[in-house]
Parts: sequence; C-alpha cells; structure tokens
Amino acid sequence: MKKLNENELVKIKNFSKKIRKHILDMALYAGASSSHFGGALSIVEIISTLFSHQMNLNKKNKYLETRDRFILSKGHACLAYYAALCEIGFIKKDELKTFEKNDSNLLGHPVANKELGIEFSNGSLGMGLSLGIGLCISSKKKRNNFNVYTILGDGECNEGSVWEGMMAASHFKLDNLYIFIDRNNFQQTGSNDEIMCLNDLKAKLISFGWNTIEIDGHNINEISNALNLNVKNKPTAIIANTIKGKGFSFSENNNNWHHAVLTKSTYEKALTELENYE
Amino acid sequence: MSELINFDEKSIKTWSLIGSRATFGMVSLDLAKNVKDLMILTCDVSTSAGLDRFRKSFPEKYLDVGIAEQNLIGIAAGLSSTGYNVFTTTFAPFQTMRCCEQIKVNLGYMKKKINMVGLASGLVLGNLGYTHCCIEDISVIRSIPNIAILSPADCTETVKAIEASLSYKSSVYIRLTGSQNNPIVYKNDYNYEIGKLIELKSGKDITIFSTGTMVYESLEAEKILKSQGISCSVIDVHTIKPIDSVAIVELSKKSKLFVSVEEHSIVGGLGSAIAEVNSSVNSSPEHLIIGVPDKYEISGDYGYVKEMYGLSSKLIAKKIFDKYKTL
Repeated sequence: MKKLNENELVKIKNFSKKIRKHILDMALYAGASSSHFGGALSIVEIISTLFSHQMNLNKKNKYLETRDRFILSKGHACLAYYAALCEIGFIKKDELKTFEKNDSNLLGHPVANKELGIEFSNGSLGMGLSLGIGLCISSKKKRNNFNVYTILGDGECNEGSVWEGMMAASHFKLDNLYIFIDRNNFQQTGSNDEIMCLNDLKAKLISFGWNTIEIDGHNINEISNALNLNVKNKPTAIIANTIKGKGFSFSENNNNWHHAVLTKSTYEKALTELENYE
Repeated sequence: MSELINFDEKSIKTWSLIGSRATFGMVSLDLAKNVKDLMILTCDVSTSAGLDRFRKSFPEKYLDVGIAEQNLIGIAAGLSSTGYNVFTTTFAPFQTMRCCEQIKVNLGYMKKKINMVGLASGLVLGNLGYTHCCIEDISVIRSIPNIAILSPADCTETVKAIEASLSYKSSVYIRLTGSQNNPIVYKNDYNYEIGKLIELKSGKDITIFSTGTMVYESLEAEKILKSQGISCSVIDVHTIKPIDSVAIVELSKKSKLFVSVEEHSIVGGLGSAIAEVNSSVNSSPEHLIIGVPDKYEISGDYGYVKEMYGLSSKLIAKKIFDKYKTL
C-alpha cells in the first residue's frame, strides 16, 4: 500500500479548505432557496482526496474511455461536487454563482454535463451504485482499466435498490468499484436510529461479500489508505464515520442544517472559523 | 429493407409458430454475430425470453442480474454510457413499472440509450392473474420524455422492431404481445420505420387504428364490416410514441369515425395517443376507444379473457357496427 507523503497530505488538506470555502459561497448565493449544507460538508475530505489525488480524471482526459468515473449517488451533496470540479478546472468560479438560479447548469442535484465533468444526473436516491456496476463491468470487458468511485449516504441505504446493487457488485467480483458510505448518522428528518436504523452496517456489508473498511471519514490518511489496499475479486466499501455539517460550530451534528439558508452574518462567522480550521 | 436479418418465408413462419418471446431469443443469435458491443441483460428469465441458446453460445454478451429490475436498468445505463448496445428483457410489468423511476432518470432525463423488451405484455398470462398481465405499460412509459414505444403487430414486426431499435436515437421500449402460433400479419419483408404508421387496408368510412395483436383482429373485423357494407381502413400503429401525428391528421379528414383497438387499458394507451392528436383537429371525427376496461376483473386463459373484454374480431366488428349506426 502506497501511503501519502507529507506534501500530498498538505495538498489535500488545502484542497479541502478551498472546498469548504466554495460551499459557503454557494450556500450564500443560493440565498432563500437554501441548500443541502450539512451533507455536503460531511464528504469534503472524501471528495478532496478523490479529486485532488486519487482519481485519474482531469480536463485533458475527460473524453477518454480510460478515465476514472465518479458518481455522487447522494446527489443532494452536490455543493461539494461542484466545488471540487471548480478546483480541478472544469467549472469556472463565476459559474458557481449560478447555483440553483434560473437556467443554471448547476442545479440542486447534479445534471449530467460532460463539459463540466458531471458524468451522471443524480438526486433520486439509490441509483448511483447500479450505474457504477455497469461501468465497472464495461471497464473489465473492454480492458479500459478504470476505477469507479461512488459516494452514498447512510440515509440513502434505506433504499432497497442499494441492496440490489450490493448483492450484484460482489457477485460480479468488481474489484474496480469503490463506494463510500457517508456515515454521518443523520437523514432528512432525524437520526438514522430514529428514522430507520442501519444496525451493524459493517456486518451487513461483509455478509454481502464486500471488502469492508471502517474509517474516520475526515482523516485524509485513512481515506487514502482505504482506497489503496488493492483487494482482488471483491468490491470495496468504505464506511466513513463523518460529522454532518463538519467544519463549523453552528452546523456540526445539527440536523437543522440538512437543507438550510445561510445568512450573511452566519457566513461571516463561518469564514472566521474556516481560517482556524485544522 | 433488412440488413442484419433474413426475412424469408420460412423464418416468418417459424417466428409465428414459436411466438414473439422465443422470436426475440432466436433473433438475438443473429444480433450477436452482427452487432458490435452487444449486451443482453435479463432478470432470471433467460428461458422465458428464449435466451437459453444465446446464454450458452455468447456468455460474454449475456448478463443475468438476478430478480432485481431497478438494478437492471442502472447497470444497463452504465454499460450504455461506455458504448455498449444494450437490450434488457424481463416480463412487461417488471420491465416497466418495478423500475419506472430508474427508467425516468437514466433513460428519460439522462438520455442513456438502451432497448427494453417487455415480455408477455397484455393479457396472455391471464391465468396467472394481474401481477403478470400488463395493461398499463404503454400508459406509464408514454409519460416519460425521450423513450420510444414500439408495439409490433406480429412476430415479423417484432424482428423489425428489434432491428430498428438498435439504430434509433433514444431508448426504446418494445412491447411484446400474443402467444405461440401468433397470427401472421406480414407474410413478406416490408419497409418499417419507427414513427411511421402503416395503412394495411384502405377504406372510406371508418379508420381503425390498432396495435400489437389487435392488428390481426382488426383486419378480420374489417372483413366482417365490409360484408355489412361498411368500408374501413386498418392501420398498424406499430409506434405508439412518437405517434405519427401527421398521418393521423390526414386520416381524420377522410374518416366519419375513428376507432382504436388495443390489448391495453383504455387509459393512456393507443386510444389516448390518437385522441391527443385528434382533439386538435377542426371538426374531428368521433373516436371509439376499444381496449381493456379500467379495472382488474376477468381472469382465465388468453382466449377467454380477450373474448370477455370484447377483443375478438367478431366483438370488435359488432362494437364498431353499433357505434357507426348512431352517427
């Protein structure tokens, strides 16, 4: 396993900081129409590690069949996705200001747009994994050797279609498939335990035949290590224990920030906190 | 005319004998040899889809995803996005309604192109009950943009639809109706184009639009009505979406009565598609919609259920005759 060196770690940390800044800006631009703030902040370190370090995806290879694919199955967390695509040059900074505005390319759930690097339309929960399975089968059949990285929500795992995909991915031995389950323990109207408890998620995934790893989803070293175990003949599921609303004192573990309006004064407060974020 | 498949007399007779489902399986063997990057996906129904030979002969082009239709559509869309020509197949209710939202998002909204084959649609599985009969699929799929709906009149047209779907620009749903010994409408090769209806009989009083198995029944009904002095056109509407609105508007100008006949609910199917066009025509003809009533009622073997719903040629002719007399 190839571990991150200090320079790589610093690079990803800085990338994460920029993602959080973009998220704040877009949440402010969204204004009264509000945005899915909490669930975007919980995946910042995961998405930063993928886009700034792990994935073979850049502006030069965006039409090549061999590029890695990313699927944001929990499409509502698109603030983090758009921010990452901006940082790697697919989306211009000015375009982020159009978030959820009339005729924007950047709606509240991703709309497929190759030019902007958005591979698939997502937003209806429980569909991303199946798309990933199709891609992984193709990658192997055509010997294009790309990997597929997908982020699911823990609430999303309520959907039965997720478990159809879980069964199939291990049946087809898709070792080029990596899923993160963003285990922030909340869904729209309450905690997982209140709404629909997942019980022992790790045991479930192991019993479904996945290479299953549980990590701190905000620890960049742990994220990177989990992605580079090179386990053969099994898909890899990474249960990322995260904090919904991570990074800001007002939003951490506060489910009122699932979908909320960011006021100018809260934005200013958040900027100060971001300065000091480690 | 056809490029991939040979439409000789012997093949046409064989297809009719084995029925539309087995015809799909038989034709898939030709596709495997001629179509680049072909993948056929099923949900544990290879035998029902006539795919057992295909499964053995071309295992690398075949994928069984188990009894999981939502996953079926997602995997198919993923494969399609990397250039595969994908067919999915399972029984019509599960092919359309179980995974309806996956169809909407992946094929309609995201425009990934696949070809879906709905097996044993309509009433052919009448003795298995309404979990397996499918009288809703046209209606459900018709409301989703960017998906064509094909409803072949016989097994020859089933082959035409499969062939044409490959090069069609959007996703396609092919609705298979009928059983073995399926009556032949098309005895020879002919020109088939998605979106262009076919006038099989030309008459001056009434236009009968029909689709699927009801095309043959309507041709038989036309003979009965002719003997009663009523002259009918019979139209094969093999493409229900996009509907051939130009041709329908033209036909409305020369008809005293429109009739539509389908092995599908009277809600949202062929009748509705025709009515949506006809309603915009000045002094349009009255329209009699013949199909399965909006209820789950009659069960039993195929012939019995069709007869009880008035979908045999004699009962179709009688309904048309009675309506025509009131004009």
